[in-house]
Amino acid sequence: MKAKNEPGMTLIVKTITRLTVGLILLYGIYIVSHGHLSPGGGFAGGVIIALSFVHLMLAFGKDVALKKLSMSFAGLLESMGAVMFLSIALLGFMGGYFFLNFFSKKGLPFHLFSAGIIPFCNIAICLKVGAGLFAIFVSLVLLYKTDE
Amino acid sequence: MLEINILLLFMIIGAVIAVEVKDLLSSVVAVGAVGLGLSMAFLVLKAPDLAITQLVVELLCLIILIRATIRKDLPFSTSGRWLFNTLSTICFLAIFLTFAYFALKDLPQFGKPVMRVAKTYVEEGLSKTGAANIVAAIILDFRGYDTLGEATVLFTAVIGVLAIVRRIGRKKEGKNEG
Repeated sequence: MKAKNEPGMTLIVKTITRLTVGLILLYGIYIVSHGHLSPGGGFAGGVIIALSFVHLMLAFGKDVALKKLSMSFAGLLESMGAVMFLSIALLGFMGGYFFLNFFSKKGLPFHLFSAGIIPFCNIAICLKVGAGLFAIFVSLVLLYKTDE
Repeated sequence: MLEINILLLFMIIGAVIAVEVKDLLSSVVAVGAVGLGLSMAFLVLKAPDLAITQLVVELLCLIILIRATIRKDLPFSTSGRWLFNTLSTICFLAIFLTFAYFALKDLPQFGKPVMRVAKTYVEEGLSKTGAANIVAAIILDFRGYDTLGEATVLFTAVIGVLAIVRRIGRKKEGKNEG
């Protein structure tokens, strides 16, 4: 049933991907946002988010995935994550030194809004890692496309 | 300890297969099996953070490697100076094992680390940072400088890849050969 010029894999893979890709993205966001409470954190969650877009690209072809998250926007997100992480570190100088956990009220432990700067650092690392690895994958795919 | 030994044996067999097998794609799959074994070993050693990170990075690397090797078939060159190679390998292994025997005697026992600085982190991590996950408290608060360096390494790697494989300035094959 596959059309000749349609990019990507077969109908079965596309249907399964349509059902699961949102759940994978949601799981990555969960891992990032609960990084200070449960195993995981910014790096692993960022890679899971990048993998959800890679999954989309493998199943539907590169045009669909690049419509969701374009190459230049991924580069922008990556730079934004790096600047955000560095600025969180620099904001510690308000209280005296680099990487100070500068919130005076850190919230109750074992709650979602706790631990001061650590969730923000997780989000910054997630943006950086996810967008960066997705950009590497996209650039390698485009490299092979132009070689053929 | 039995699980760790079984996993180590599995990983060693997978690594040997990855080196010895002729097909490049089979070799990549064997490397993936080694990574999966490492992830399970982290899980057995009660380090779930590392296990999750190892698993997802392994998957991404496997996808990229399969994508890169699926159309290429590069046979290994197995001929050559096998006598010299084998002799030098055995010689270096003997030297390494001799020195490792004396060096590893003085290391602390497996699973019983020397906790001088880390004792402070474990004791005061929850009260000082408020993070329930001690790993997040250490890598993002006590050791934030190291994480910044690691993030810089990844940033530099991404910039380097994007600069090398970009489309602008690439010469067309056979056009400018003249």
